[in-house]
Amino acid sequence: MSLVLPPSIADVEQVKSVRTPAHLDYSYTPGKAMSSFLRGLEQKKIIGQKCPQCGKVYVPPRGACPTDGVPTVEEVELPHTGTITTFCVVNVSFYGQGMEIPYVSALVLLDGSDIPLMHLMQEVPYDQVRSGMRVEAVWVPDDELKPTLESIKWFRPNGEPDMDSASMRGNA
Amino acid sequence: MVIEYPFSRTTGPVIGAFLTGLREGVVIGIKGSDGRVLMPPMEYDPVTSESLTEMVEVGQAGEVTTWTWTDGQRYQPIEGRGFAWALIKLDGTDTPMLHAVDVTSPDQMSTGMRVKIRWRAEREGHIRDIECFEPVGSGDKEQPEGES
Repeated sequence: MSLVLPPSIADVEQVKSVRTPAHLDYSYTPGKAMSSFLRGLEQKKIIGQKCPQCGKVYVPPRGACPTDGVPTVEEVELPHTGTITTFCVVNVSFYGQGMEIPYVSALVLLDGSDIPLMHLMQEVPYDQVRSGMRVEAVWVPDDELKPTLESIKWFRPNGEPDMDSASMRGNA
Repeated sequence: MVIEYPFSRTTGPVIGAFLTGLREGVVIGIKGSDGRVLMPPMEYDPVTSESLTEMVEVGQAGEVTTWTWTDGQRYQPIEGRGFAWALIKLDGTDTPMLHAVDVTSPDQMSTGMRVKIRWRAEREGHIRDIECFEPVGSGDKEQPEGES
């Protein structure tokens, strides 16, 4: 079987594939706890919440303690330094990545918090990143601060000696 | 937040020819076993299920067979305001296709009205090469290119 084409398209290159992108456009309603966290980032502050029963500090805050099931109303401003609990060297490129591979995505336990935050590690070769490494947040310029975690560009080593992994037990 | 998956898929020869036509600014249908011209073209005959092979160029203007009004949403052919969705039977075809008609009020729509294709200036072989349809005014030239 072969197709009979009309003259108007008989001598041109035929279309063989077609773009069919799936486009999903989300609006996110952050709620009280995350709003406070995001507004904090806009002012170069990292805001967590403390559980009134177990005393753990959660960042980003979700408004309740997952262990005790009680509201976490007390806000805590956290320092911009922390420790890498674990990390991943990204070697696979993907659409919309925006980063040159390999790069490191790390979980950073901010000082005074009890749950690590995932962010990008930069200003250090990827193969020198390690658990226990002390790091600090690098912010975008003040006039670019927005209510998003992207207000922190990335984390970088701050030069302090590594933490003992035992000190992070329960958080890594 | 926006998540986008950059899928593409192969068209096969029949849909490929249809899209090639759109890129070239012509509309291509296919002849069925009963002599009807199906547009958009189908790969298999709707009556006998046999493969179809005879592709034909059809007109670029036609008749609204039925229509409805929409207030307009994002990601539609005409964004940000109301327009009509219509089934349009192009000249030289026997099946209608669904598309948008660019009018600003339902008062401007009626079954049986004549409409014509508004092409995009930049075409790539995609259904969106047809921007939408628009009403044929009394002074408009209705013949498709090459047939006048």
